[in-house]
Amino acid sequence: MADECLIRAVELGKDYLTAADTFFPVLKDIDFAIAAGEFVAIMGHSGSGKSTLMNVLGCLDTPSRGHYYLAGQDTAALSSDRLAELRNRIIGFVFQGFNLLPRVSIQDNVALPLLYADVVKSERRRRAQAMLERVGLGGYAERLPNQLSGGQQQRVAIARALVSNPQLILADEPTGNLDSQTSEEIMAIFGALNAENGITVVLVTHESDIADYSRRLIRIVDGRIAQDGPTAQILEPVRP
Amino acid sequence: MMIGPLLGEGWQAMRANRLRTFLTMLGMVIGVGAVILMLAIGQGAQMMVNDSISSMGSNLFIVLSGSSTAGGVRMGSGSVPTLTLGDMQAIAEMPEVAAAAPALPNTAQVVYGANNWGTLVAGTTAAMLVVRDWEVVKGQPFTESDVRAGTRVALIGQTVANLLFGEEDPVGKTLRIKNSPFQVLGVLGAKGQSLDGRDQDDTLLVPVTTAQRQLFGNQFPGMVRFIMVKAKSAEFMAAAERGLTDLLHTRHRIREGQDDDFTVRNLTALAQAAAGATKVMSAMLGAIASISLLVGGIGIMNIMLVSVTERTREIGIRMAIGAKQGDVLLQFLLEAMMISLVGSLIGVGLGVGCAWAVSRFADTVVVVTLSSILLAFGVAAAVGVFFGFYPARKAAHLSPIEALRYQ
Ligand SMILES: Nc1ncnc2c1ncn2[C@@H]1O[C@H](COP(=O)(O)OP(=O)(O)O)[C@@H](O)[C@H]1O
Ligand SMILES: [Mg+2]
Repeated sequence: MADECLIRAVELGKDYLTAADTFFPVLKDIDFAIAAGEFVAIMGHSGSGKSTLMNVLGCLDTPSRGHYYLAGQDTAALSSDRLAELRNRIIGFVFQGFNLLPRVSIQDNVALPLLYADVVKSERRRRAQAMLERVGLGGYAERLPNQLSGGQQQRVAIARALVSNPQLILADEPTGNLDSQTSEEIMAIFGALNAENGITVVLVTHESDIADYSRRLIRIVDGRIAQDGPTAQILEPVRP
Repeated sequence: MMIGPLLGEGWQAMRANRLRTFLTMLGMVIGVGAVILMLAIGQGAQMMVNDSISSMGSNLFIVLSGSSTAGGVRMGSGSVPTLTLGDMQAIAEMPEVAAAAPALPNTAQVVYGANNWGTLVAGTTAAMLVVRDWEVVKGQPFTESDVRAGTRVALIGQTVANLLFGEEDPVGKTLRIKNSPFQVLGVLGAKGQSLDGRDQDDTLLVPVTTAQRQLFGNQFPGMVRFIMVKAKSAEFMAAAERGLTDLLHTRHRIREGQDDDFTVRNLTALAQAAAGATKVMSAMLGAIASISLLVGGIGIMNIMLVSVTERTREIGIRMAIGAKQGDVLLQFLLEAMMISLVGSLIGVGLGVGCAWAVSRFADTVVVVTLSSILLAFGVAAAVGVFFGFYPARKAAHLSPIEALRYQ
């Protein structure tokens, strides 16, 4: 059963050490599995632990309790090099704040994951350019990030997340800094990636309009999973 | 991961903070430049000393008039001549001694035509040429009979020959010393500087008897100021020194407990001491200069630590997209090494340039060797690695999430 899931969290918990030297549980008893090809939205109030969960799912952070399996492997057992490899090859991360390298050209930003995968230069360029074209920024290769609008920068970040052909895209409020028009364009890209390429997409949002693109919705309240089901069922009753 | 792209990124990072990179590099530039310059000066000094030593002649003693062990009230050694030509003869006959020659030196004005020059005129015998390994490159040396008869003949050093005769051939010409005419018999080969920095070619040799009777012997007739002695070989040095002392004790009737009226100095040993001292001095120069390399290295470490802190977020981003600890370590290590290597490359240029300027304008011998350049370069690279390692390791050990959250 674990083999069919791309992601599986088992009684996962995360504590933060507070200033008062006590442990503050941010995530509690998180139990869920996501199969390859799903499009999942995670919703919840600010401070409910969504980003904390995403960081664990993205192997950027480690859980305090429980287990997290990625592609069938218990991440607790993996070395930091192996985790870096998973981040490089299986996961594509998209952040709310884009997180592009400011001094590096758009094309080199997109090609960066390939550098750490030991891909040769001509191949890096070719694939980065192909990804830029895919997100509609083929003509911007030599620009610097600060010469692009927020929506364009987020598309660059998506191209970078896609360049090493990951199985999983993790996006933490990818439209949080964008206007609604641009948000829709970005969501259209995620939708196409999921529908056409079968890439698993997990994204965090607090907007129902954004969550609407997903097929499954997990709602987190105070670090616990409060609801988990088809997006249409969960969202429908709320609608006026 | 491949080094090529990392070098490119390092270069970008260096360019992004040009002034800072330049100032950090300056530490290495000055450090490497100083090491190369100091080694060049030290090696130049060593070369000069070695040249002087080989020009002095080998297995040499000098026997001076007067006692060096006497108290301050006494006059310095050589001020009152106590040595005679008889002493010299007796020394020359010792079995350990290859040759001995007297010297009665004094400064005098020498005139040829319209040219005149104050130089050191030394009364001696032909044996001096053997003792000092000095050859006559033009003309003839003077002979026993010149010494016996006290003829007015002279051998002139290169400097005197150049100053008085210029392009002319001095052999056979007549010059005047203290207004007496002397015939130039020959020209001595070049010796260069002595250990105490005198020009050994700025001299003129005349028969000792001539010097005693006609030039400056009036005050202490029949005496010489010092005797130079050459032992048969290095193994005979100790025996020769003992023999010399015993012989002069007997001849001067000095009993045990009495002060000597002469001093024997082992010039070869003195020269070796001078060479040793120069070696130590040049090592010290190099060591002091290396301290500036160390300071340069600390500058690199400092700036790399600042850079790691400033770029914490960048490190987090790189880790999030797949950089391993080793990749981050290598990136920052290469950056530190690039600063130190580019800095030391400029430093080599600066050091060689300064060495050239010193030799050109300060009239000092400096010797830049390839090995000193390689040494400075190697040390600089090591400094880059050593001082770059801690900041690079610090960067590599950041946790991805902490680094990403850093504002
Ligand atoms: N590094 C940290 N140290 C301590 N507390 C933290 C840290 N990061 C987040 N928290 C706390 O954990 C809770 C959940 O944060 P987060 O996962 O960012 O929430 P969300 O993304 O849902 O808004 C918040 O109360 C926040 O204050
Ligand atoms: Mg958040």
